[in-house]
Amino acid sequence: MSSEEIKIHYTKKELPSGFSRLGFILLIIGLILVVLSFITDYNRATQNSVIIFTFLTSISIGSLFLVALEYIAGAVWSVPFRRISEIISFIIFLIPIFALPALLNLHGVFHWSHQEAVANDKLLQVKAPYLNETFFIIRNIAIFLIWWLFYKFLTGNSRKQDSTYDQKLTTTNIKLSAAFMPIFGISLTIIAIDWLMSLEPHWFSTIFGVYYFAGTILSALACLTLMVLYLNEKGLLVKGLTKDHYYSLGALMFAFINFWAYIAFSQFMLIWYANLPEETFWFITRWQGGWSYLSYGLIFIHFVIPYAILLPQPAKMDPLRLKIAAVIILLAHFYDLYWLSMPSFSKDVVLFSWYEIAFPILAVGLFITIFSIKSKKINLVPIGDPKMKRALEFKL
Amino acid sequence: MSEKKLYSVTALFNTPDEISKAAEVITNEGYKNFDVNTPYPVHGLSSKMKLKPSTLGYFALALGLSGATIALLFMYWTMSIDYPMIIGGKPFFALPAFIPVTFEVTVLLASVGTVLVMLFLFFKLPNNSHPLHDTEYMKKVSNDKFGISIEAKDPKFNLEQIKELFASLGAEKIEEIYYDEEEINHKNKIFEPKFIAFLFVVAIVVAGGTYFTLNKLLYMSPFNFMLDQHRVDPQAKETIFQDGFGMRPPVEGTVARGFMPYLYQEDPEKAGMLLSNPLMATEENLKLGQNKYNTFCSPCHGYFGKGDSRLNGQFPNPPSLQSEKLIQWQDGRIYHVIQVGQNIMPSYAKQLTEKEKWAIVLYIRALQRALNAKEEDLK
Ligand code: HEC
Repeated sequence: MSSEEIKIHYTKKELPSGFSRLGFILLIIGLILVVLSFITDYNRATQNSVIIFTFLTSISIGSLFLVALEYIAGAVWSVPFRRISEIISFIIFLIPIFALPALLNLHGVFHWSHQEAVANDKLLQVKAPYLNETFFIIRNIAIFLIWWLFYKFLTGNSRKQDSTYDQKLTTTNIKLSAAFMPIFGISLTIIAIDWLMSLEPHWFSTIFGVYYFAGTILSALACLTLMVLYLNEKGLLVKGLTKDHYYSLGALMFAFINFWAYIAFSQFMLIWYANLPEETFWFITRWQGGWSYLSYGLIFIHFVIPYAILLPQPAKMDPLRLKIAAVIILLAHFYDLYWLSMPSFSKDVVLFSWYEIAFPILAVGLFITIFSIKSKKINLVPIGDPKMKRALEFKL
Repeated sequence: MSEKKLYSVTALFNTPDEISKAAEVITNEGYKNFDVNTPYPVHGLSSKMKLKPSTLGYFALALGLSGATIALLFMYWTMSIDYPMIIGGKPFFALPAFIPVTFEVTVLLASVGTVLVMLFLFFKLPNNSHPLHDTEYMKKVSNDKFGISIEAKDPKFNLEQIKELFASLGAEKIEEIYYDEEEINHKNKIFEPKFIAFLFVVAIVVAGGTYFTLNKLLYMSPFNFMLDQHRVDPQAKETIFQDGFGMRPPVEGTVARGFMPYLYQEDPEKAGMLLSNPLMATEENLKLGQNKYNTFCSPCHGYFGKGDSRLNGQFPNPPSLQSEKLIQWQDGRIYHVIQVGQNIMPSYAKQLTEKEKWAIVLYIRALQRALNAKEEDLK
């Protein structure tokens, strides 16, 4: 095929200025609040940085996963959306900043990092070959380096195609994606174990990595859906995107809502049924006092409500309902991460005040700012992709 | 032979584009009772035909919800009400344990039910015939042609007009379809003896095959490898133990749940001295005592413990429980008689629980006080 045959009609337009302004304002407010929280309560601010770190990791590496998935599955419908996921996954470069507070203050977050605690604890001694400060830092740095490399090559090739229309780049990316998949699975599990499960170093759950994976893909999809709907409404994407394209986004979100519930329930039920004290205590903490309301809330916000919204077939094509569901899912993922980590820091009292909101504001501001800066230079649609023309003709 | 009755006029086209065009034109002309037959799903056809969204989804929803309700109520009734059983130390109504089953039944009922609803409501089972069956038209559209068929019952139906319309759309072949004779006489092929016999054979093969697989095949080698386990079977002989019994008796001194070993079997005086009634003289306890006393003791000792047995001399008359001796006895001493028995009075240890025995003692005390009321008791 020559480049003429796959060319589509796309004119690059600027994002509305209100969008980047909103991002900038949120970024400033968030920054001020975050600095204030670090000054007033150093440990709590660090603990909150863990939540937002895992949240941004979800969205960014999840988006890169969606890109890779499209390549190896040979998906056609999602080609017009791929560039948006690519831009979102740029955040991989920035998440180490959010890991920094915890790395500088390991003692304030990770119980296993205390030498004296390990000395009196048989279990922690057994886990010490994995859970020790040096190895923790080394493997996390290694993971980020690997992720950066994949980001660089995957999205770099895709962007190069915009001008060269070289089909070989697609082939290269398919190979890269295939290599990325197992690495993604392992590295995401390590992140989940290191940053969420090891907050309670005595606890273990073999399904935990999958649990975090479910939330990761779900929030990456929700983020993508939200951006696609917003940009398409403003006319910034290509012509020809129809309900059929939306439907696939909605259906995927719906599927992963179920997947998350399935995994979350499996984890709970096995531990509940086996009733082994070394596993149940983690749930008991979350099932007592104020935390119990949060646990019930999680069932609703992460499963029942978005499930009910997306259940009817027309809902999966209706921009308004899709947007509502996507926003709820993003909130739910944050809620989920808060529920996973906070009870480990404060067993009896539910902690929630402006400390917990500071980082999310910063994250949203950062997300919008990054998106507006990145999209200035890059096309919002992979115009050089050989599947692009077919993608626009996609019918359910 | 009666005159043939027209069912529809059909037309065959060569490409999906042509059929889409034809469907659009015919919809716009205002025809209602027509259908399009294609060898594979053609995108965008249903919107061109202005089909309403299918109602099948609502059936699926209703069936799924009823599946969930039925499963939950069934487990609630069996496991918590009719035959409560403690499993794994969980409460009788153990919701998390019920959820997988609820999920399965929901999916099962929704999927199987939806297919059945589709067959009965939309395909009009048990009617399994259709005028288009076994026609040249059907053969073509399930191979490589795209067909459209306008039924004679359409209010706008006009044979010549439609034929012209088809021709103007570039139809390859236009054909009239007539009802089969059987269809006019409303004979349902499904009730033909041949078909019923066929169903019968299928049922027998399926049932017999299932029975054979589950009850015979699985016990034949090599499918029975799971039965070959290195374990001790109940009631079986077992050589690894000296006495040759596979089942082991409980360790000596084992105490069953809910039972207390009785330490004063041989020593009534000590029981009298060391045991005391753990129950308070509440109304509830006295009621319990009265109930159990009237059941187990009154036939011999009488309702008031006066020794006025209702056995009419068939059994040596038991002593009164109102005697000075008994009034002087400690609670524990009376308890001992219930627990161990005394001479020809049997033990009631097996019939009564710990609490009930003490409740009887309490009640005997009340009886004694009632028949020997003092001045102060009247107040
Ligand atoms: C089968 C008839 C029978 C029943 C039923 C019976 N008893 Fe007796 N009970 C006797 C006889 C007979 C004696 C006298 C035994 C003896 O020779 O020492 C006796 C003796 C006693 C004594 C000792 C009295 C004494 O003066 O030594 C007590 C106390 C007593 N029974 C309580 C009870 C209680 C409480 C119950 C109900 C759980 C009960 N009995 C049920 C037949 C019965």
